[in-house]
Amino acid sequence: MTAPIPDPMLPRPFRIEKVRRDLSDTFTMELVPAEGGEFTFAAGQFNMLYVFGVGEVPISISGDPGDRSVLVHTTRAVGAVTKALDALKAGEVVGVRGPYGTPWPVEAAFGHDLVFVAGGVGLAPLRPAIYQAMANRERFGRVVVFYGARTPEDILFKRELERWRGRFDMSVHVTVDRATGKWSGNVGVVTNLVAKGGFDPSATMAFVCGPEVMMRYSAAALEKRGVARPSIYMSMERNMKCGCGLCGHCQWGPHFVCKDGPVFRYDRIADLLSIREL
Amino acid sequence: MPGVDGPKTTTFALDKAGLDRLIAALRRRGYRVIGPSVADDAVVYGDVASAADLPAGLGDEQAGGRYRLRRRDDGALFGYTVAPQGWKRHLYPPRQKLFAARRSAAGFEMLPPEPPAAPMAFLGVRACEVAAIAIQARVFGDKAYPDPGYGQRLAAAFVVAVECAQAGGTCFCASMGSGPAVSGGFDVKLVELAGSGRHLFLASAGSPAGTDLLAELDAPEAAPGDVAEAERQVAVVAGAMGRTMAAETARTLGEHAEHPRWDEVAKRCLTCGNCTMVCPTCFCTTVEDSTDLKGEHAERWRKWDSCFTVDFSYIHGGSVRTEGRSRYRQWITHKLSSWHAQFGSSGCVGCGRCITWCPVGIDITEEVAAIQASRK
Repeated sequence: MTAPIPDPMLPRPFRIEKVRRDLSDTFTMELVPAEGGEFTFAAGQFNMLYVFGVGEVPISISGDPGDRSVLVHTTRAVGAVTKALDALKAGEVVGVRGPYGTPWPVEAAFGHDLVFVAGGVGLAPLRPAIYQAMANRERFGRVVVFYGARTPEDILFKRELERWRGRFDMSVHVTVDRATGKWSGNVGVVTNLVAKGGFDPSATMAFVCGPEVMMRYSAAALEKRGVARPSIYMSMERNMKCGCGLCGHCQWGPHFVCKDGPVFRYDRIADLLSIREL
Repeated sequence: MPGVDGPKTTTFALDKAGLDRLIAALRRRGYRVIGPSVADDAVVYGDVASAADLPAGLGDEQAGGRYRLRRRDDGALFGYTVAPQGWKRHLYPPRQKLFAARRSAAGFEMLPPEPPAAPMAFLGVRACEVAAIAIQARVFGDKAYPDPGYGQRLAAAFVVAVECAQAGGTCFCASMGSGPAVSGGFDVKLVELAGSGRHLFLASAGSPAGTDLLAELDAPEAAPGDVAEAERQVAVVAGAMGRTMAAETARTLGEHAEHPRWDEVAKRCLTCGNCTMVCPTCFCTTVEDSTDLKGEHAERWRKWDSCFTVDFSYIHGGSVRTEGRSRYRQWITHKLSSWHAQFGSSGCVGCGRCITWCPVGIDITEEVAAIQASRK
């Protein structure tokens, strides 16, 4: 007989090492396995995070895939479980199942210009790929980040964006939907930034993450600029209860977003994106 | 649980006492024997201790939105077609505990899982149900993270298939290629020959475990005439079904994500989810977390869910499928079209339950035919 199959539905306890507040409703947690050991993942993958007695949510990993000593998650507190997660402090324990899902194809982008298009908290699932790209900076042409937030107060990882912008080997463009305070930067949707270019469309790979409507328009803007559909990737979001293809909730056409995605090649999903309520 | 067909085996003839010996032999081997009996005016698959528990002399009348038990005068024990609930209820129970955990000084700790329950023997599995079990085995098993519970329960199970002696009112297994003849996926196959002054169960083995069991029953070999009659009987059933599913259904639905028929069916569909609850292959589940009042003991349960609920597709900001048309389209398109891409076959076995148990009698074959007809 074969060895017993490990139960994919059992969470592993992880201790919260550090919690940092990013925005009024968004926070980043650093986790380490309670029983010791490392955590390996690929940029773009997600975990199911369990709060004792409350429930589970799929949250993408926002840390550096090159650092196995710590697991980093950035979460927006919008539902029962994410709010309960927000209430936990350093030293407390959460359950982790994963990593699940398909990664950003960072290595397949070697030799290309690499363009990141992020909207709102969608910057978090892209950050591991940005880390990975910068760790292999010499393998790419230009590296460009286009980021759109609702207001200047909603800009995620602000200091990190500023630091990246200070580098001579990366360009970072930020826009807000609505200017507040002393904001003197770009105002408008992130697709306006894409339209201005700054990359070689014939040799570009683009990774897009944000609200679904923003991703649709961003892909259209990239295409208009000359980036081919197979060179555009986006990360989809759907309801998930299991994360590993058993519960059926995340189905989208023939795909299980949890295991066939969340990162999809645009030419394989462009038709599905145009069907309402699929 | 058996694999594919073995070489041709001997067919034995059991009488009612022989069937009793078969049930007793299964129980002696430690199986919890589950078979048909009557409860709440319906056939249900539950625990049976002997042949006396089986629904003697009862048939069923099934039509769109209609199910009635009917007395029949031949005393048949398997004279109904299919029960409202299939074997999914036992292989993938409606509520399953995923884990229990206890709060501890360091956070929480997982409690050890409960030991697996006794192996089950299923008595009276129809051809369409054998096919449904094989489909769910692929759904839960053929992936990077298989469901260990389903795999264990199925591997430990003993399947006694019983071939249909008549077509039910909503059946269409012949056009799905999943019946009515049982051609694999069983340990023992029975064909009931009732009426005309005799009552026999022709039994043949489909696995070494089945061969072993039948050898113990001390039954005579079946007469060639009875074997021929069993073959004739199932051929008649195959030709007696009132519905068919078109062969090109998967493509038709795949190409018609937008179609006026979705609005039309949405006017009738109550989005109650009955079809998904009675479907022997529907596998969607949700989870429920709870704690005791002190917040020290937590459990997580998995429960059957239905794509017909609005909550099913909820993500922050709202549900993806708010309209009835979208939810009906998801169910039928998944079942008959995208299932092929996901699991290499249709998700439908033609058992007809979704038609029988739809409160407004929506007929899956009729909905497909309407879309099919509009292509021409």
